[in-house]
Amino acid sequence: MSSAKPVNQRAWWFVLPVLISVAFSALVPLMTIVNYSVQDILGPDQAVFVGMEWYKEILRDPDLHGALYRQLIFTAAVLAIEIPLGIALALGIPERGWRASLTLVLLAMPLLIPWNVVGTIWQIFARGDIGLLGYVLTQLGVDYNYSQHPTDAWVTVLVMDVWHWTPLVALLSYAALRAIPEPFYQAARIDGASRWAVFRHIELPKMRGVLTIALLLRLMDSFMIYTEPFVLTGGGPGTATTFLSQYLTQKAVGQFDLGPAAAFSLVYFLIILLLCFVLYNFMKDPR
Amino acid sequence: MARIDLEDVGHRYAGAGDSWALRPMTMTWKDGGAYALLGPSGCGKTTLLNIISGLITPTRGKVSFDGRDVTALPPEARNIAQVFQFPVVYDTMTVFDNLAFPLRNRGWDKPRLQKRVEEVADILELQADLGRRARALSADQKQKISLGRGLVRPDVAAVLFDEPLTVIDPHLKWLLRRKLKQIHQQLKLSLIYVTHDQTEALTFADQVVVMSQGEIVQIGTPEELFETPAHRFVGHFIGSPGMNFLACEWHAGAATIAGVRVATSSTQTPPAGAALSIGVRPEHLELAPAPGPNTVPARIAAIRDQGIQTMVQLEVGASLAWAKLRNSPGALSSGTAFARLPPARCALYADERRVP
Amino acid sequence: MSAARKRNWLLLAIYLVFTLAPIYWMVHMSLRSNLAITGTFAWLPESLSFANYATIFTDPAWYGGYVNSIIYVVLNTILSVAVALPAAYAFSRYSFLGDKHLFFWLLTNRMTPPAVFLLPFFQLYTAIGLMDTHLAVALAHMVFNVPLAVWILEGFMSAVPREIDETAYIDGYSFPRFFVKLFLPLIKAGIGVTAFFCFMFSWVELLLARTLTSVDAKPIAATMTRTVSAAGMDWGTLAAAGVLTIVPGALVIYFVRHYIAKGFAMGRV
Repeated sequence: MSSAKPVNQRAWWFVLPVLISVAFSALVPLMTIVNYSVQDILGPDQAVFVGMEWYKEILRDPDLHGALYRQLIFTAAVLAIEIPLGIALALGIPERGWRASLTLVLLAMPLLIPWNVVGTIWQIFARGDIGLLGYVLTQLGVDYNYSQHPTDAWVTVLVMDVWHWTPLVALLSYAALRAIPEPFYQAARIDGASRWAVFRHIELPKMRGVLTIALLLRLMDSFMIYTEPFVLTGGGPGTATTFLSQYLTQKAVGQFDLGPAAAFSLVYFLIILLLCFVLYNFMKDPR
Repeated sequence: MARIDLEDVGHRYAGAGDSWALRPMTMTWKDGGAYALLGPSGCGKTTLLNIISGLITPTRGKVSFDGRDVTALPPEARNIAQVFQFPVVYDTMTVFDNLAFPLRNRGWDKPRLQKRVEEVADILELQADLGRRARALSADQKQKISLGRGLVRPDVAAVLFDEPLTVIDPHLKWLLRRKLKQIHQQLKLSLIYVTHDQTEALTFADQVVVMSQGEIVQIGTPEELFETPAHRFVGHFIGSPGMNFLACEWHAGAATIAGVRVATSSTQTPPAGAALSIGVRPEHLELAPAPGPNTVPARIAAIRDQGIQTMVQLEVGASLAWAKLRNSPGALSSGTAFARLPPARCALYADERRVP
Repeated sequence: MSAARKRNWLLLAIYLVFTLAPIYWMVHMSLRSNLAITGTFAWLPESLSFANYATIFTDPAWYGGYVNSIIYVVLNTILSVAVALPAAYAFSRYSFLGDKHLFFWLLTNRMTPPAVFLLPFFQLYTAIGLMDTHLAVALAHMVFNVPLAVWILEGFMSAVPREIDETAYIDGYSFPRFFVKLFLPLIKAGIGVTAFFCFMFSWVELLLARTLTSVDAKPIAATMTRTVSAAGMDWGTLAAAGVLTIVPGALVIYFVRHYIAKGFAMGRV
């Protein structure tokens, strides 16, 4: 795009349907949460205003620090593996033909399984005695037990996530690659560009928008991950795989404490918001 | 700069059955010539261009550059440059890096590369933008960059254009066309330009190749195509509006329209049984006040005053024709009139072809 | 194929084996009894038993749940894409007051677990009488699908040069005609991938779907979580249900594959 986009305030009409269907729904829960987060809810109609008390308590909680630390590492690992892997896979999917169709369908399968079923299947799958993966590993002499060794649990959760979500990155990347007009490849050939140069100067720049989406999605979703690891390991062994959302659920459900839970929800949301904001600005075009 | 020879080159697309996208043809493209491939959508001009550039290998025939058989060679091995319908630039690089890219891939050293890039940027009037990101430029500037990447190679065999002005602002089109002509005169490159716009073709090229339905219909200078179209299609397609074709008959050694004998520039006798028509351009069709030689009775069907010219639609015999009148013809009204066909400007057409 | 392409295809082939392994295991589990699953390891099921599938197909709750899920998911996909298209176009082509902020803020809907919307939605839909309808779930899922759709579509739309819009206006196209006949075909890949992801995210969302429905529109969600009983986890039936949940989505992607692979076709305007 050459010149800047033309200013047109009537464009708001285009956005109106989205606003109606979506925007308002975010405000009500937000207000409710902010409301709860500054009160101590003692009973159905008994609430005491406590100001920032919950926030302070939460931010001091060592369990939170532990969960947050584990979460950050997990998300970093997820992004570091899934994004490059997804792109590499997309580069290998043929442009057309039955092979492309088959690959797309196969890749889509992990995405379509409800998340609790994903966790359940992997529960058996990774068992040394009765699961395919566990059995093979044990036969190969690897001392693998995800319910007892923290590292094994960690790696299993990570591999499960990679298995589950890399196809999202791959499918998005594939669609982005297909959207690149053929003349760009032709011109690159005429210019004598190497395969790497084509990737670096044509494909990667043209995938930027889509990669941003993939990055943000995986960042958000991995930061909020709950069902799959909970079903697989229950957060264990110990707290080895207790990530942030499980910590939140324990606080809210386990202890029936709405105030701190609300405060933490808000903090949780703000952390994700901050991370996404930073990443988004990093990925944006320097126009 | 290279001479390009096409011998019996034809092409069928896979899955298109028996139909030719490009009928077998033989032609030589002179070294340093500026050619336009003109025709409507689907006539095969882009197919022909892609065969020359190497993006398509023809299903039959031989392509040679300066005598060397390149039929099986891909574009990068033929040393051609191609400019596409929309600008193809490396967005993330600066203008300088864009132009330098082909040379860097060839291992040119920095000083030599720098000099060459600046030369080409100069020709294209891009010197001021060399440091800017290619992404920030306008469409016409980006097309110049596309072109520049082709020009930057000193041994480029030919520059091929596939409707390059499609996305350019109308008021910038003529600037670019003029620039292309300048470049041709300056660098004496072989240029082949595909377009469906006759103005572009006629102003740009030394030789225009008119195509229709996979076939080359006529090759000639713009003047030749205008004055002596070899085929009804060329007559129709070129000129605005196109040539008039008036149905006629052959009586006693001469063409007649509605019984009136019309002399034309055609000297030969048309083949028997062919559908005959006389071709005359609206610019040359005259209105006469009274009957006379080569003057046929007509009925005025419509009058359009367009300021500097007046378009008059006439019913001549069984056909409709337009006359483009420069001089204000005085008070005109619907009714009968006489159309005069200047013999030197008319030609006889048998079926589709011009009778010499 | 060039060396690089071969390498990429090899990586892909290896990865596909990795992808299929747990799925194979899921199929494997679905063809055995719970006792066998938790008892012994076997590469192939000892005997192909379709008992788990029979349980599912003969239980009207399962079957009905499947159909209900498909209904609201399809509804949601259509609504989300339809609402997102004009918005994405606006973000892509125009600059207007607050546009950058709105664009990013849309995505914040996805930055909290849908559980946060549980209570407000429950109250809202009860109030307007939409509880236990497919529409309710479809609308509720728009909260996280519409921002996604807008973002993906905007990305693909921005890759189409604005000159094409302008050329169309010069050629006399009205905006609706331009949008439908010229523009949409150019972003086929984006629409295909958006439709699939909206389908997918709505399909796997269990919490809202379960909360907002009770009988009429009960989705697979409820039945999926109903597999723990006094006798323990019903592995076999769950696995069979898992296999069955893949089918609709696989069909969706099979049908949109041409859209996704179509790419950019620069029509001669």
